[in-house]
Amino acid sequence: MDAIISQYIDAYYFRILILIGINIILALGLNLTTGVTGQLSMGHAGFMSLGAYTSAILTVHFAVPFFAALLAGALVAALFGFLLGLPTLRLEGDYLAMVTIGFAEIVRVFFLNFEPGGKAVGFSGIPQVTTFTLVWILVIIVIYLNYKLLNSRTGRAMYAIRENEIAAEASGVNTTQLKVLAFTLGAFLGGLGGGLFAHYMFFIEPGNFGFMKSIELLNMVVLGGMGSIPGTILGSIILTIAPEMLRIVQDYRLLFYGALLVILMIFRPNGLLGDVRFYDIKKRFSRKEVKSCQS
Amino acid sequence: MSVLTLECISQEFGGLRALDSVYLSIEEKEIFGIIGPNGAGKTTLFNIITGIYVPTEGSLIFNGQRLNNVPAYEIAQMGIARTFQNIRLFNKLSVLDNVRTGSYGVSHSGFMAGMLGLPSSRREEKKILSNALQLLELVDLADKRYEYADNLSYGEQRRLEIARALALEPKLLLLDEPAAGMNSTEKEELMRLIRIIREQRQLSIILVEHDMNVVMNICERIAVLDYGRKIAQGTPEEIKNDDAVIQSYLGAGA
Ligand SMILES: Nc1ncnc2c1ncn2[C@@H]1O[C@H](COP(=O)(O)OP(=O)(O)OP(=O)(O)O)[C@@H](O)[C@H]1O
Ligand SMILES: [Mg+2]
Repeated sequence: MDAIISQYIDAYYFRILILIGINIILALGLNLTTGVTGQLSMGHAGFMSLGAYTSAILTVHFAVPFFAALLAGALVAALFGFLLGLPTLRLEGDYLAMVTIGFAEIVRVFFLNFEPGGKAVGFSGIPQVTTFTLVWILVIIVIYLNYKLLNSRTGRAMYAIRENEIAAEASGVNTTQLKVLAFTLGAFLGGLGGGLFAHYMFFIEPGNFGFMKSIELLNMVVLGGMGSIPGTILGSIILTIAPEMLRIVQDYRLLFYGALLVILMIFRPNGLLGDVRFYDIKKRFSRKEVKSCQS
Repeated sequence: MSVLTLECISQEFGGLRALDSVYLSIEEKEIFGIIGPNGAGKTTLFNIITGIYVPTEGSLIFNGQRLNNVPAYEIAQMGIARTFQNIRLFNKLSVLDNVRTGSYGVSHSGFMAGMLGLPSSRREEKKILSNALQLLELVDLADKRYEYADNLSYGEQRRLEIARALALEPKLLLLDEPAAGMNSTEKEELMRLIRIIREQRQLSIILVEHDMNVVMNICERIAVLDYGRKIAQGTPEEIKNDDAVIQSYLGAGA
């Protein structure tokens, strides 16, 4: 399949398309935690790292089949999301942000010293088995499941937690439970994206999953519009392409992200598509009753 | 039979005694009014009943079950719904989704069922949607269902809060100053709505309200709070003629 597609697309764009797909999966995970449920996570790259290393170690050292390794990586990340979520989700705003930053840092330092992962030198020789086709099939599945989730009672309750926690509780929502769920699902997708990344890059090092990566992912969610699936997809596309295409953006990443956020806050505080929902688009095409939420 | 019983409820905030040994008993299907000057403890009482605060003293019994130390979301699931004096809507959700979220406590599909679109979840979602649309008809917001909640006018927001609370299919509904900020036509509509709700849904209502016209018109019984104490209780007629109440709250002209 990939061979056919790559006949028509330049290798350079092919690579960018794969990275866009991986970033969409990663960002949709973070969108669940931060965009939808409103729990500010600034350590999403930590989950990505866990997924990347877990799956790579399994395929390289234990000859585990790729799919099983990918799933295992996502599950390990989800487990850490769950464990991190339990005690910390009683914290709010800034405190939660600090704990998540700390978590990702601990993960990074752990892999800097982890023998089977190649320590600081990095981990090479990972089979390059992530294909364009696989990534985009997974992207479609992830978008679909996200969409279904956000249009179910659980998804609506997650938005409700972001909007007004007291009112959510008064509607019967166990907010702690759903926050942990949002964290766990977000981490799962973080781990999945990490596994795909590792098996595409074939070489990974702890530096791939540092604070900058977490901020980059957060920016994708914020740029597109917190809690919006189309918004997160758009944010992922823009922020994958920009540094690839514009050398200057690559060199001044921090500056670029900062400026972007400031401009956004002034002109579109809800993000590019923050107030565009799927059903707004759907409504244009049909007069029929459509299921709705903010996705 | 009484739906809700408060026995000797007290609530302290630091040194302040916001509620002082309050006894209350709410009967089935009655509309019970609570009045009193600002800071009397009316909202605090609602916060205790809905589990936001755990009372310093006393016990709460709802349908034979103790509510002390039951978390807020479980109290909601047991059938106590409320509105808020300072409106608390899900602002960036549609009007429809506000009401649909209100039914969270009485629906059951897990996240997996929702995500995979299992038949059980689809059936439940259909029911949630049709209930929500019905409630929006009831509060006259059906044609605004795709608006964001924070685009509604003040009066509309208050009605939306009522619809959201009703989505929980409560046995007891707490309304905290629902007429605040409404003009006189809206108030008339509100009174009609509250009566219809009680008839249709067969529930008990506790109404906190400063507008005496509203309170005296629709409540069967009224309790008066002053500095956290219940200083009187009775029918609207009795309350209007109660010396202590006239002195502390209604004033000589009432
Ligand atoms: N969380 C809190 N911490 C400290 N004091 C509080 C708290 N909540 C309420 N109070 C105090 O308790 C008293 C009762 O407040 P409450 O809000 O119950 O009054 P109210 O009867 O609802 O008044 P209003 O008619 O103005 O709404 C007030 O003096 C208030 O300042
Ligand atoms: Mg009050």
